[in-house]
Amino acid sequence: MTFANIKSILKNNIREYAMVLALVVIMILFQILTGGVLFMPLNITNIILQNSYVLILAVGMLLVILTGNVDLSVGSVAAFIGAISAVFMVTYKMPVIVAVPLCLVIGALVGAWQGFWIAYVRIPAFIVTLAGMLVFRGLTMVLLKGQTLSPFAESFQAIANGFLPDNLKIGNLNMLTIIIGIVLSVIFIYVELKGLKNKKKYNFEVLPFGITAAKIAIIVIAINLLTYSLAAYKGIPLVLILIASLIAIYTFITQKTILGRHIYALGGNEKAARLSGIKIKKVKFLVFVNMGVLAALAGLVVAGRLDAATPKAGTNFELDAIAACFIGGASASGGIGKIMGAIIGALFMGVLNNGMSIMGVGIDWQQAIKGLVLLAAVAFDVYTKTKSSAE
Amino acid sequence: MSDFILEMKGITKTFSSLKALDNVNLKVKKGQIHALVGENGAGKSTLMNILSGVYPYGSYSGEILFDGMECNFKTIKDSEKLGIVIIHQELALIPYLSIAENVFLGNEQAKSGVIDWDKTLHNTKSLLAKVRLAENPNTLVTNIGVGKQQLVEITRALAKDVKLLILDEPTAALNDDDSENLLKLLLELKEHGVTSIIISHKLNEVNMVADEITVIRDGKSIQTLTKGKDEITEDIIIKGMVGRDMENRYPRREPKIGEVVMEVKDWTVHHPQNEDRVMINRVNLNVKRGEIVGFAGLMGAGRTELAMSIFGKSYGQKISGSLKINGKEAHLDTVSKAIENGVAYVTEDRKNYGLVLIDNIKNNISLSNLKKLSRHSIINPHEEILVSEDFRKKFNIKSSSILHKTGNLSGGNQQKVVLSKWIYTDPDILILDEPTRGIDVGAKYEIYTIINELADEGKSIIIISSEMPELLGMCDRIYVVNEGEIAGELSREEASQESIMRCIMRHNKEVK
Repeated sequence: MTFANIKSILKNNIREYAMVLALVVIMILFQILTGGVLFMPLNITNIILQNSYVLILAVGMLLVILTGNVDLSVGSVAAFIGAISAVFMVTYKMPVIVAVPLCLVIGALVGAWQGFWIAYVRIPAFIVTLAGMLVFRGLTMVLLKGQTLSPFAESFQAIANGFLPDNLKIGNLNMLTIIIGIVLSVIFIYVELKGLKNKKKYNFEVLPFGITAAKIAIIVIAINLLTYSLAAYKGIPLVLILIASLIAIYTFITQKTILGRHIYALGGNEKAARLSGIKIKKVKFLVFVNMGVLAALAGLVVAGRLDAATPKAGTNFELDAIAACFIGGASASGGIGKIMGAIIGALFMGVLNNGMSIMGVGIDWQQAIKGLVLLAAVAFDVYTKTKSSAE
Repeated sequence: MSDFILEMKGITKTFSSLKALDNVNLKVKKGQIHALVGENGAGKSTLMNILSGVYPYGSYSGEILFDGMECNFKTIKDSEKLGIVIIHQELALIPYLSIAENVFLGNEQAKSGVIDWDKTLHNTKSLLAKVRLAENPNTLVTNIGVGKQQLVEITRALAKDVKLLILDEPTAALNDDDSENLLKLLLELKEHGVTSIIISHKLNEVNMVADEITVIRDGKSIQTLTKGKDEITEDIIIKGMVGRDMENRYPRREPKIGEVVMEVKDWTVHHPQNEDRVMINRVNLNVKRGEIVGFAGLMGAGRTELAMSIFGKSYGQKISGSLKINGKEAHLDTVSKAIENGVAYVTEDRKNYGLVLIDNIKNNISLSNLKKLSRHSIINPHEEILVSEDFRKKFNIKSSSILHKTGNLSGGNQQKVVLSKWIYTDPDILILDEPTRGIDVGAKYEIYTIINELADEGKSIIIISSEMPELLGMCDRIYVVNEGEIAGELSREEASQESIMRCIMRHNKEVK
């Protein structure tokens, strides 16, 4: 492996590295500006809890954006499912174990409804989901009669606010959290090394061992810093486990399965995808069903976190999710983007929100700054792309 | 003043080392109808694009004299100012604007930016009368037929005070009545002093209206025939169009032809939007093992539509007829079923229909047969790399690696990626639609070699091509397609450019 090869690998992945770098820079920046509040254990936990819904929605939204579409209805759908869950559990006292799966199924049906119009009737997703945004917001108000429904059972609130039970305490630290961090690190190192070995077996070019080792070391340190700061507060939030599983599952689906490849191909060139034997209608439909389920999940998390279903819940969620995807490097015309990118984009926005709030920046300026950040991220994207295609 | 309205002298135009036009001369007499004939790709359109300023002055060498004055057109506007108007094969009308709005589009009857609608309508009416089109100027263009749309285009040219009217295949999309009307109109305009150049494949029409005929072949002007002076027959024109030598442009192969693999009977296809319009009419054909079969015909003859309707019903509606593969009735209702039954279709439009241009070589090659690379629908990434690396080496796809974006490859290499993709589906029947369009000579030879190897492996190949020498050089048997029907079937021995052209001409007359 020569230096030129390393350079070309770096250049090909400039967008991903730039994103991670930007996240690190903004974290350090706010750490300084907030006088060290940002990285306090309590605040780290807060960032995760506050942004859980964006992270969940961003995962689903990325798939939608990959197919070259957009879903404007997710905020309303989240509110709608929140309202339904409140009616089930607060009004009719349905057990949590029954109500939650039922709500997810209703989310899937909502997704199927929109997917039907988009995939089979071929109405643009923008219009269908704009209609959905109005329809489901309206239905939310109908269900709640314009009022707030509460309180939920504690077991339901735990989904959004609970922590992994931890009885092993040494000093202030929750040891189970520390142990999980170490176990995850070991698993990560094992997987990386196995991948490396596999590549060598097939005689593929690999990065020099030094760089691979550095990459592994950085990620292991990041994992353990995170678990350490979580351990110093209340341990691992349940919702973090949920999000981590979603990230793992969807990264696997998009990167390793036929369905994932079909989603990318469909967004990259629908006509070519169709002539390659991909059932494009089915794929589009499934992507929207999936979005419905994840919007429902986000709705449940929000309801649990607020311990209430309100008519205004979920307002502007769709914009946060869409912005996260674009900041994370997804292309508006489809076919380009990664789950991890969307997650980093969502975290970037989350840290920005959190940092500015701690500094006491008003909601007005926060909005304006977020808008500019979105524009700058996409402009950077366009710039690097035109530059690379000019070569 | 000379009696030539237009003289193009020694026009030479090269596209990246490929000579599209080589010292072409064209002289058009005032008040005449001049026909320009030649095969697809002979250079007719390039010549007209130079004349109208699409290719600006400086990008070609040679001289253009219009009305005796030398012209250096930089844009289309420059040529239109002098009264040169070109009407392209694809009409350039805006469907949801009215006839009047279209006629004066870009030439609005306005005073300081405010349109004078009364004047617009009045002028349109008088112009429409000239072309004898009895339509209300306020009618939307989308609501009138193609024949009338063609007349609107001509009206638009008249509105620009046209002196030289260029029509590129004006009757290609018209039925016979409309064609006849149009040709009559050209003769009438000639009476009014409008000179026209008509590009056409329909030699009978050319014969009917043209005063002079210039034949172009391989970017060279071969001959100019004058009515009344030279003997003009279709045979003479065809000879002029096609008479070229064909040495070693196609690799040799000893055909080993087996039993019938695919048989299509009474295949009828209707237009995807207009279900009453028959696009493919009762077609019968078959392909044998190890055989290379050609579909010859002019552009718009229905060859692509025929192929795509067979390939998973990707084109058209109300498809009827029977399709047998290896003697068994096959229902290829979707593309995936077609692939499962061993049929592959390599599109003529690789950028829009063949490749995911933003994705790399590897992912494009594996796309149609990911199943073969996966277990429980999880893709084996290592196998995938090996497979695509294999194709990259075997077909000599010039690229930095299999992770090279296909959008950045040259046309020939893109075509090799599309071919790899379909060969990886392991088809028995491979349909290649214009497999060498826009590809340089070297890459062409490589692709011909691949095609021959596939046939030798026992695959059946169908080649659709507008380049007749390519079909004659490659195919064991040729179907001539015309107007959605099979106009004739020619064996390798019978096939020649003349016999193919004759099939088309004869069929045109029969349809009439």
